[in-house]
Amino acid sequence: MATADKPKYKVIGTRPVRHDGADKVTGRAKYGADIKLTGMLYGATLRSPHAHAKIKSIDTSKAEALAGVRAVVTSADLPEQGDRIVELGEGAANMRHLTANVLARGKVLYKGHAIAAVAADNIHIAEEAIKLIKVEYELLPPVLDVRKAMSAESPVLNDDIRTESVGSAPASKDSKPTNIAKHFLFEKGDIAAGFAKADVIVEREFDTSMVHQGYIEPHNATVFWNTDGKITVWLSTQGSFSVRQQTAELLKVAISNVKVVPTEIGGGFGGKISVYLPPVAAMLSKKSGRPVKLVMSRTSVFEATGPTPGSHMKVKLGATKDGKLVAGEAWIAFEAGAYTGSPIGPACMCVFACYDLPNGRVEGFDVCVNKPRTNAYRAPGSTHVAFATETLINEICEKIDIDPADFRIKNAAKEGVRRVDGPVYARVGMVETVEAIKNSEHYKAPLEGKHRGRGIASGFWFNCGLKSAASATVNPDGTVSLLEGSTDIGGSRTGIAMQLAEALGITAEEVTPTVGDTDSVGYCDVTGGSRVTFATGIAAIEAAKDIQRQLIARAAMIWDVDASKVSYSDGGLHGPAGKHLSFKEIAAKLHGTGGAVIGRGTSSEATQGGAFGTHCVDVEVDVDLGKVQILRYTAAQDCGTAIHPSYVEGQIQGGAVQGIGWALNEEYWYDEKGEMRNATYLDYRIPTCYDVPMIDTIIVEVPDPQHPYGVRGVGEVPICPPPAAIANAIYDAVGVRMHDLPMSPPKLLAEILKKES
Amino acid sequence: MSGKRVVTLTINGDQTEVLCEPRQTLLEVLRNNLDFTGTKEGCSNGNCGACTVLMDGRPVVSCLVLAVEAEGAELRTIEGVACGSHLDEVQSAFLEGAALQCGICTPGFIVQTEALLAENPNPSEDDIRFYLAGNLCRCTGYDKIVRAVQAAAEKRQVARSV
Amino acid sequence: MPRVFIPPPMRSLTEGEEVVEVGGTNLRQVIENLEQRFPGIKERLCQEEEIRPGLAVDIGGSVATLGMLQRTAPDAEIHFLPAIGGG
Repeated sequence: MATADKPKYKVIGTRPVRHDGADKVTGRAKYGADIKLTGMLYGATLRSPHAHAKIKSIDTSKAEALAGVRAVVTSADLPEQGDRIVELGEGAANMRHLTANVLARGKVLYKGHAIAAVAADNIHIAEEAIKLIKVEYELLPPVLDVRKAMSAESPVLNDDIRTESVGSAPASKDSKPTNIAKHFLFEKGDIAAGFAKADVIVEREFDTSMVHQGYIEPHNATVFWNTDGKITVWLSTQGSFSVRQQTAELLKVAISNVKVVPTEIGGGFGGKISVYLPPVAAMLSKKSGRPVKLVMSRTSVFEATGPTPGSHMKVKLGATKDGKLVAGEAWIAFEAGAYTGSPIGPACMCVFACYDLPNGRVEGFDVCVNKPRTNAYRAPGSTHVAFATETLINEICEKIDIDPADFRIKNAAKEGVRRVDGPVYARVGMVETVEAIKNSEHYKAPLEGKHRGRGIASGFWFNCGLKSAASATVNPDGTVSLLEGSTDIGGSRTGIAMQLAEALGITAEEVTPTVGDTDSVGYCDVTGGSRVTFATGIAAIEAAKDIQRQLIARAAMIWDVDASKVSYSDGGLHGPAGKHLSFKEIAAKLHGTGGAVIGRGTSSEATQGGAFGTHCVDVEVDVDLGKVQILRYTAAQDCGTAIHPSYVEGQIQGGAVQGIGWALNEEYWYDEKGEMRNATYLDYRIPTCYDVPMIDTIIVEVPDPQHPYGVRGVGEVPICPPPAAIANAIYDAVGVRMHDLPMSPPKLLAEILKKES
Repeated sequence: MSGKRVVTLTINGDQTEVLCEPRQTLLEVLRNNLDFTGTKEGCSNGNCGACTVLMDGRPVVSCLVLAVEAEGAELRTIEGVACGSHLDEVQSAFLEGAALQCGICTPGFIVQTEALLAENPNPSEDDIRFYLAGNLCRCTGYDKIVRAVQAAAEKRQVARSV
Repeated sequence: MPRVFIPPPMRSLTEGEEVVEVGGTNLRQVIENLEQRFPGIKERLCQEEEIRPGLAVDIGGSVATLGMLQRTAPDAEIHFLPAIGGG
């Protein structure tokens, strides 16, 4: 549904077959683990069996002596980093922590923490060799609970962490270290006065478990350190330039000595930005003189990459009896994992982001615990807080007897509303997504049957702009070869090619997009933050404009007229007296008019407006088992302008199902020693196709004025609403309010039994 | 480990002999020894279905089969689904229906779908969801995959009735 | 003049003021002028003459992409926020 008269596009809004499609349905597409080089060795990694311990000694001599072993590395082979904070394009990293996460230095901070690695003639020899490495540990008590980790009595994981805040004074090095790495505080208005006006106040505590992005392709890296000092890294990543910088910084070599060749990537969702393997494979290659491939096992992916945090939250909301929100307060603690870096900042900024809240206070904490260092996962931090806020909103609606869609429309964030963290919204589409759900067939349809219920919830994500680059070469047959640097996780190269095609007035099929390596294309930030179709799209449009300018000059030369008399539109050049050359015709004349035409484009200044989604779900609860079945699901989202509607729908459907998994099944299940007891896909259960119904989508289009075609990023928002929408539906079905994710059968059954007794 | 064995396999119609260790899985031998890298490794313990191949017509997760157990077997991998340069109905339905995003699970889904349609040419939505439940996809939410399988089944039915 | 919203931990430097009006046509000038009025504030925001890693500056509703060089419109609101990384 469009909210305004839409410009007539020729390519945008159509559904061409993706350019990489044939390779992906025939098995020809090369992913990271498919790389095979002459003389390549296979690596294996020794990982900590303990959640928290000092490393007293490491003896690798027996491993080195095993026939077929070519190199062994430990953290002693990686350079010391000292106190350095480095900006890595999409977030800053403490290099001392980053290197210690790659190979443990002195201490292991979670089970699965990498300690040493071996390169050998085949994977089986490498795996035998790591068993021969002797490590002496001094066990320390594991810190697993976020609130206990915050107490003064808790063992401290890192002796260099002191609490930081935005604009806080730097802590003295003599002060006591802590597990609380960050503390954020945001205030707006007067919350005491706000709550005083409220007729109804609800306050609840919420817990969510650590969850994993669950991409099907494990992390991988193949590295060759050449004799001239040049290092080539082949891997699947969300950001080849970020890998180049992280690898160079971790090895302390110049970035020009590192070339990253991105392969196809088998999912990321925020988890394939940090590096784990490239520096290790690089050192193994340097020592052995051969290319080395490392691929993680599924268990290592769970135990030792970057899942997203578990949390504890207290949220309080107040409203008047005529349905106006007057105040809100939130206290949020996130498990950072072993080192600082959870998405607590955005969580604080998202908790009330869907609403026009006159008075608010939000406090957040980033807390180290003996679990893997957490990372981004699709709208990082926003799903946690949406679970809390959107559940409370429905509880308020019940108390004052108002329809939850109407309440959301009445209180929705819109243009001009100031967020609790300060900035003021530009044009956004929260109201439109709620209206889309309210007017949907689904919301209007009666829901009948025992133990069935319906719930809705909304969600928000910022969407990033950041930096992108593209170049495009005109071919003599009237096609264009497009080179861009955003690794393509879900069909983005086609979405970018379509924008170039629209700008030049040619078809999507006449553009051939390629994702380039770091030596062949201009700098691109990571594929994350729902930014690629927006920002790399702008770079491609700029490249198209550059092509137009050059073609105008060529046409002016051919027609012997001043360039100001020539224009480009509708896929061709127009000159005086009805002169016309189609794109194809001028392309055929390039060789005789000065040679190649290469357009270039960059995007660095545009920042996106936020995106909103509202979901509606029907569930049936098995009251004997506590199991929730999703009966029907509809997701509405503001996408600005949908470039390729099939892939927009796909992002919404995929995000919603990840949210369903987070809501109902997924959790890191730790024992008291800090060992994850479900580190397989059998026990860490992501949704299968038998668990979910079709996911209906409603694409709402409120164009973002900062993009020439109005694009808003799509990928992240759809994971935010499902847990709250499902919790609200469960309440509607069986009358129990769930405040703990996942809402798995044992937990739900316990609540149902409690209510019955 | 000593004691390598020669295993004879027929892969996508071509007979092949491969020297492998008894501890090597069929998945490892296909990918590493024979370069059939279209078959993907997602978990190596039979839970994700990315490594599905047809063994004597039956779908198996090749990470749970030892290569030596496949002695004499007829295997069909993703590389053997297209007929020359022509995609088959399942492959085109996946492309036209945008039933893939990252694409890592796609070979497994397509091979599993071939097995489904061979057994049951006219499956209901529930049949499809049940048969494909051993294949994990983290990107699509399955909606477009299920629709693509329905479209492929229909196309194949039409082709048969012509 | 641009209006700078002061994060709570920095309000001890601004004598409790939450919003400060300060001149400057780019972020560098704004921060220099802030520093003149409230000594010590620059160190909280900058490291080696650049915005501290991990910090984002929102100017008039958009995150500054040009750091200290970002233009500040006469009526712009300036907010210092945690940098956001997406998934």
